[in-house]
Amino acid sequence: MIPELGHFALILALAIALVQGTLPVWGAAKRQPAFFALARPAARAQFMLIAVAFGCLAWSFYSNDFSVLNVASNSNSRLPTAYRIAATWGSHEGSLLLWVLMLSIWMLAVSLFSRSLPDAMVARVLGVMGLISVGFLSFLLFTSDPFERLLPGAMDGRDLNPLLQDPAMVIHPPMLYMGYVGFSVAFSFAIAALLDGRLDASWARWSRPWTIAAWIFLTLGIALGSFWAYYELGWGGWWFWDPVENASFMPWLIGTALIHSLAVTEKRGAFKSWTVLLAILAFSLSLLGTFLVRSGVLTSVHAFASDPKRGIFILAFLALVIGGSLTLYAWRAGKVAPGARFELLSRESMLLANSVLLLVACAAVLLGTLYPLFLDALGLGKISVGPPYFQSVFAPLMAPAILLAGVGPLIAWRKGDVAQAAQRLRWAAIVALLGALFLPLAFGRWAALTSFGLLLGFWIIGGSLTALFVRIKSGAGLGSSFLGMLLAHVGIGVFVLAVTLVKSYETERDVRLAPGESIVLGGYDFRFEGVKDVEGPNYVAARGTVMVTRNGAPVARLAPEKRIYHVQRNPMTESAIDYGATRHIYVSLGESVGDGKENAAWTLRILIKPFVGWIWGGCVLMALGGLLAASDRRYRSGTRRREQTADATLVRGSTA
Amino acid sequence: MKPRHQRVVAIAAGVALIAIAAALVLNAFQGNVVFFFSPSQVMAKEAPVEKTFRIGGMVEKGSLKRRADGLTVDFVVTDTAKSIPVVYTGLLPDLFKEGKGVVAQGRLGPDGRFHASEVLAKHDENYMPPEVAHALSKAEAERAARSVVDTGGGR
Repeated sequence: MIPELGHFALILALAIALVQGTLPVWGAAKRQPAFFALARPAARAQFMLIAVAFGCLAWSFYSNDFSVLNVASNSNSRLPTAYRIAATWGSHEGSLLLWVLMLSIWMLAVSLFSRSLPDAMVARVLGVMGLISVGFLSFLLFTSDPFERLLPGAMDGRDLNPLLQDPAMVIHPPMLYMGYVGFSVAFSFAIAALLDGRLDASWARWSRPWTIAAWIFLTLGIALGSFWAYYELGWGGWWFWDPVENASFMPWLIGTALIHSLAVTEKRGAFKSWTVLLAILAFSLSLLGTFLVRSGVLTSVHAFASDPKRGIFILAFLALVIGGSLTLYAWRAGKVAPGARFELLSRESMLLANSVLLLVACAAVLLGTLYPLFLDALGLGKISVGPPYFQSVFAPLMAPAILLAGVGPLIAWRKGDVAQAAQRLRWAAIVALLGALFLPLAFGRWAALTSFGLLLGFWIIGGSLTALFVRIKSGAGLGSSFLGMLLAHVGIGVFVLAVTLVKSYETERDVRLAPGESIVLGGYDFRFEGVKDVEGPNYVAARGTVMVTRNGAPVARLAPEKRIYHVQRNPMTESAIDYGATRHIYVSLGESVGDGKENAAWTLRILIKPFVGWIWGGCVLMALGGLLAASDRRYRSGTRRREQTADATLVRGSTA
Repeated sequence: MKPRHQRVVAIAAGVALIAIAAALVLNAFQGNVVFFFSPSQVMAKEAPVEKTFRIGGMVEKGSLKRRADGLTVDFVVTDTAKSIPVVYTGLLPDLFKEGKGVVAQGRLGPDGRFHASEVLAKHDENYMPPEVAHALSKAEAERAARSVVDTGGGR
């Protein structure tokens, strides 16, 4: 009964989405207030219905209703309650339902926090989002019904993939999807503005906080996924340039470019059509990511060809959305009035350069991700494009962007004074150079690339601090959007420093140790004390004990595990990590070598990763910076001040 | 600078950036794309010598042997038609099992063994690496074709 209720709620939601996607847009075009007044209530009703559907599915998982195919395939009665609920979005169908739920949450948010916007604008924005919702709800209902019954019902379920039975995996998908889908708001604002024909500073000011909000979620979602891969996969890597990861990283790159371009459009009225294009691209890449992950093309192009219903549906939807919006763009963008003039050396041009670099880097990632798929689909052979490709393309493209980000905040709008900026940045430059040259010596090994990486990291942090001091000394106010920008830049710097240090100075060793044996690595002494069997809620595990000491003083007692889950019967490595501020000590258990259970030797992988935690620390700083920026008061000011501030910022120019 | 000059500079910078990016991409592709070969192809000497490539197939049952150091393993990868001995030092992935699919990346040594620097097996029991499925079905098809020839070429 409950699953049917959920199914019915989804069908109703589709009906409402159809209304929301057509009447308000038509009403806005024909200036019929009665029609565009429909947008807000429709969005709220849609949220209610989708929430009910999601609740029904979650209940089926919670109550172990194995007569639902989705539950039987992805859960088990012995699965702990928290993971049973998380299993709701562990499957293909469930995760799409989560996608739609996120979309409806964003629609609800737009309907609630848009009081200062003209009603016609809200009607268009919600209308476009309604159309996106139509696409995904039909996909869900016609190709991936999450409530499909299994008759007769199964005795017990096939369990959730053990890899997903993890706290980070519980919150990673909602975060990531919140980010992915959040770009639909920026997209809808862009399409609405194109439909309206009015692309101006107020449009940019409206869509800025929404874009930043989506970007925050995406940043945290990607960081969580990376952290999960780091401790759960047992290899100690934190980014694999895997197509699934790239699928989330590409919208992030374009989203970052979009945030910067929106800043110019809001402050100076320039780059309007470029900003709109980025908004369209950001959401298109979110859709492409969904297609890549959900259609099965990544596991095998041939699997996709043999069961093409889902893939074809998303592909058609993708073509419709991207093709439609680009056509609209081509038709309308030409009519956009040019913005205020600016010199070649100005903050505008630096922001433009940055967003172009981000776009080109994203294109390189896209190429590396899709090229093997194309070759395979065309039968031209099988290749794989691994991390070395991405590293050797991505790093050189991002280095100038980071150098620019260190200078940018100190260059004025319209016409920058290079001599003045250089004079202000001299201390930052000296500190960065000295740090980059001499810090490697403290680690005992100097390499040009290490030094360069450190230089980039110190430079962007130094530049941001300099900008802060200059602003304080000038007596101009410290807006939270300015502080947020600096904090996010510092986050980038921290991230770059951490990546450089880990890449240059990590130690990794695979060893074979018998109980009682020990090995010295990176100044630490690792003593293996053997393995014991332990029982978990739904698995059995061999738990090893490794005592880590340094010069005789105890550092940590690590307990890596090799688990076997009752249902799926596959071994799974559960690594043990000692989290330190300056380094992680990472141990994972391989397998038992030789016979004799009690005294058997085991293979172990030991890693010492200096400053690796700051990779995610940098991401958190970026997200906090985004939060500060999005909470700026001017985004919450009413209609009254809108025109006024647009002019004021034009005059004030360089202060933000 | 006049607006027109500015535009020229901006366009030149854009073109230069794209040229640099294209050069980077091409260069990286040349150096870092890894090709895949089935054991049959390797045995037919289609695989490059002195270059990293990937092989894939099933781990032959009973072929997994661990050397005295405890870390180095020998196993045989087969596509049911031909097989190739592989040697690897390090921890094997969780789902590495005899009789299951595997992909290994490395180089062909002068000893005729494939020296793997990386062994990949995916985290899903039902999952067959696409390369492996492809290699197996190709070997299967070739054997079918050969059996037709052996029995007198069909008609």
